[in-house]
Amino acid sequence: MTNRFFLPFLAALGLIGFMLPPANAQSQTQPLHQDLVIDLSKSVVEISTGFAGSELLLFGVKNGPGDLVIVIKGPAGDEVVRRKERVAGVWVNKDEVTFTDVPSYYGIASSRPLNMFLNDKAASDNQIGEDKIKIKTKNNNKSAESLAEYHKALIRNKRKIGLYTDKPETISLIGNQLFKTQIRFPANVPVGTYDIKTYLVRDGNISSVDTNLLKVEKIGAEAVIYSFAHRHSLAYGVFAVLMALVTGWLASVFFRKA
Amino acid sequence: MQIYLPIAEISVNVFLILGMGGGVGFLSGLFGVGGGFLMTPLLIFIGIPPAVAVATEANQIVASSMSGVLAHWRRGNVDFKMGFALLIGGVIGSSFGVWLFALLRGLGHLDLVIKISYVGFLGIIGTLMLIESGRALLRRKQKAPPKRKTHYWMHGLPFKVRFRRSKLYISALLPIAIGIVVGLLAAIMGVGGGFVMVPAMIYLLGMPTSVVVGTSLFQIIFVTANVTVLQSVNTQTVDILLALILLAGGVIGAQFGARAGNKLNGEQLRILLALMVLGVCGTIAFDLIATPLDVFSLGAIGGHS
Repeated sequence: MTNRFFLPFLAALGLIGFMLPPANAQSQTQPLHQDLVIDLSKSVVEISTGFAGSELLLFGVKNGPGDLVIVIKGPAGDEVVRRKERVAGVWVNKDEVTFTDVPSYYGIASSRPLNMFLNDKAASDNQIGEDKIKIKTKNNNKSAESLAEYHKALIRNKRKIGLYTDKPETISLIGNQLFKTQIRFPANVPVGTYDIKTYLVRDGNISSVDTNLLKVEKIGAEAVIYSFAHRHSLAYGVFAVLMALVTGWLASVFFRKA
Repeated sequence: MQIYLPIAEISVNVFLILGMGGGVGFLSGLFGVGGGFLMTPLLIFIGIPPAVAVATEANQIVASSMSGVLAHWRRGNVDFKMGFALLIGGVIGSSFGVWLFALLRGLGHLDLVIKISYVGFLGIIGTLMLIESGRALLRRKQKAPPKRKTHYWMHGLPFKVRFRRSKLYISALLPIAIGIVVGLLAAIMGVGGGFVMVPAMIYLLGMPTSVVVGTSLFQIIFVTANVTVLQSVNTQTVDILLALILLAGGVIGAQFGARAGNKLNGEQLRILLALMVLGVCGTIAFDLIATPLDVFSLGAIGGHS
């Protein structure tokens, strides 16, 4: 364990040694960019047969004072939130709101509780915090209150299946410059390209941003089966039936002899 | 040991799935029903998306019915002519059912329709079976002679065909109609439909009990194969890996179940089955009526819309 955590730091230390002289030299041309250097322990999260969730280590160096926030967003898509009502004694889905551009995954990490260092406007502008995710809806005529209720339900249900985090992960600082945090992806993590933004916050405002991309993809048998089912769905169905027939026949033959 | 299911897109414990396959397989071998009416609710209960549970269970039933039918065929307990008439209806009904399934899923009412169908069908069938087998048990004790076969309106229908193996001379429209209903159920509820077909064959058609199970299994193979292919094409919800684990446990369990079934008498078996059917029915009914923890739910999880 110690080695796993230690290695990125060695790398990061090496990075500072390497970065510092050019940082001074280029500070006139790109002052913002040099404030923050981050990297991930891996650039691809691979979903293989034994996949039961994954951990990602994010580490980096910041120049000068300030707090840190990291936001991880999964590929965006539509989400339908339905509301049940009792009809003749039975709970039935009555009403629904479709949200568009909802991040399928939303993770956040910060060096301190957000409200201690980030002002509300900066948080809203950059959608930092689950409650700050900008919501767009498709053709609905709900009141603002009722919509807010659906929005809360969306986040609550996303949390329940582990795709949104209840509270920010901690970013630990070592000295004034080195930082690291660990992000956990559950087994039901959606595939696609994830956007990881690291913000350096000074005096309540964002002073620097760095963006990293992370890919989550199925590999090996998982990828083969998934693409077979989606690209050649008729052949897949026929194959599934043949597999079942042969298995059934084999079992019958085997047990007659046994 | 965790395993990631490529279509269901969740991670499950292999031994849990194997155990479920084995347990349900045993009961299905014992009673001569597909076992889908137990397995599909169980799969949904452990977190498999309902659409994947229904479609994958159809695929598994193909295998369990295949191994079951071979055992009955060797003993000459399959009426292929009757099975053929049933499966004509079955293919029509299941094709319509898969279409309806996709429609309901889009409207957000799929879960509700699945549950209501379960409560309705299992409730009626379970009650009828319990009454019938209870009476039969009493009659046997009193040693009263069984009632003679009576003539119903349906014996006047056209297209009469002689089903030699079943010792029947009835209209082919009857088994076709039963097949349509059973096919529809197979597609929507993720069941083989044996729990509807077996009583229908005994009480409506008047088939001898010995050929009923083998013939219904024969028909179920074709209907569930049709559902598997159609669901693969229309909704891509058949999870081969999940089906494979289920049927590995299922086929083994079914063999032991079939042997155990030979040691119990028919009436006792039917009473047990009736009680189990009513148990599942009651559980799902409670689920429909009880106030949910959260009245809000997410629709298209993981971006399937």
